[in-house]
Amino acid sequence: MFYHFGRYLVLLGSFFKSPEKFGVYWTLFLEECNFIGVGSVLIVVLISTFIGAVTTVQTAYQLESPLLSDSLIGTTVANSSLLELAPTITSLVLAGKVGSAIASQLGTMRVTEQIDALEVMGINSATYLILPKIIASLVCFPILIVIACFLQMAGGLVAGDLTGEVPAQLFLEGAQEYFLPFYVYFMLLKAITFGFIISSISAYQGFHTYGGALEVGQSSTRAVVFSCIVLLLADYILAQLLL
Amino acid sequence: MAIEIKHITKGFGEKQVLKGISATFEQNKVNMIIGASGSGKSVMLKCIVGLMDPSGGEILYDGLDLHRSNHKEVRKIRSNLGMLFQYSALFDSMTVEENVGFPLKIFTKEDPRAIKKRVEFCLDRVNMANTNNLFPAELSGGMKKRVGIARAIALNPKYLFVDEPNSGLDPLTSAVIDKLIQEITYEFQMCTIVVSHDMNSVINISDKIMFLYQGKKEWEGDKRQILRSGNENVDRFVFVSDLIRRDL
Repeated sequence: MFYHFGRYLVLLGSFFKSPEKFGVYWTLFLEECNFIGVGSVLIVVLISTFIGAVTTVQTAYQLESPLLSDSLIGTTVANSSLLELAPTITSLVLAGKVGSAIASQLGTMRVTEQIDALEVMGINSATYLILPKIIASLVCFPILIVIACFLQMAGGLVAGDLTGEVPAQLFLEGAQEYFLPFYVYFMLLKAITFGFIISSISAYQGFHTYGGALEVGQSSTRAVVFSCIVLLLADYILAQLLL
Repeated sequence: MAIEIKHITKGFGEKQVLKGISATFEQNKVNMIIGASGSGKSVMLKCIVGLMDPSGGEILYDGLDLHRSNHKEVRKIRSNLGMLFQYSALFDSMTVEENVGFPLKIFTKEDPRAIKKRVEFCLDRVNMANTNNLFPAELSGGMKKRVGIARAIALNPKYLFVDEPNSGLDPLTSAVIDKLIQEITYEFQMCTIVVSHDMNSVINISDKIMFLYQGKKEWEGDKRQILRSGNENVDRFVFVSDLIRRDL
């Protein structure tokens, strides 16, 4: 474990050595934003809308008491989305989609000697291949998670209204009642942290793939598993420290 | 003299793969490193091009040590270095034109028109004109090798490294690739180092041959001398094919 952690730090440290021309990175960054950001919008939209709807229905089911206001459903859904569901569940989904793609792309490049070809040309392969992915993740994850948060609330609102569990007006009142701006900062902090964890761990796994197709698959699996574990650990640490 | 290696050693844990090899590889010559699988030739090539750090010894490119030079010197050495990989190692996500133009885009300040012109010259030189917009997945093994050669010569390098050029190719295509390597070596006056275990290539294009056996330089000479080396291990490697024995 310490060996891998050390190698991971060495990989991150290598980003600061011999960068290439800025123009090259700008193009790569835009390509990665397209893949990580634009390419993930559909899955984020689908998952977030349904998570919001399900959270509303389940919360309504548990709060069936004449002593509790229905606006509490809105409060619960909004705060759960901001604090946990939007950043964490969206990131876990993105670990599967983006993390595995990063690991398999780099793993395939490694086993087909494409990374060696970059090295022989004198290009810092880690910086060239990984840095744009990490920066694109740091930019795209917060955007995707903000979208996810809005859609979870929208999904919850629509589901509550359509099923008659909580009228839209009451849902919105509840959502606003206990809202703190800090929750948004906390969500964005989580988004940036999770984006870094997923992109860097997946890149590390892919970059250090040796063997053939089987090992590329194993790297991809390891990337998702380790990203999810570290992400959940970071989630707990952030909650413990900041809430 | 272009490349000189002095007492190169390389070990992986307890296993010593290279055991103090010294050699010189001259300019305008096809230098071949041959040997059986596991003899250390690929490791030696990786040490020479800097993909692996040797455990000991020196690798000098016109006097500059690749593994002990500063960043600027290493970059200078690398800008003069082209390599054709065993399976070509073309970038999957790029077209043929983008692959060949890639080192030019990274290392030169040429405008796109000049880069395109150079790419077309390189592709034309390897008989791959009009394939600019194809992706590597659309090319045959021989075509990939030719594009790999075009990419390797794009920056007009002084040193060309070729790893198993005939791997996975039919005899006819192998001969074409061998001929191309020989032609561009003389045309661009490069110091070419080819790692191979194909005796046809050795006989066809080599100017100088180094035979590795169990991590040591067992024999060195040219293609005429190798047929009469008098070395038991060299003979066992060379004359495994009856065709070459009959030629004697």
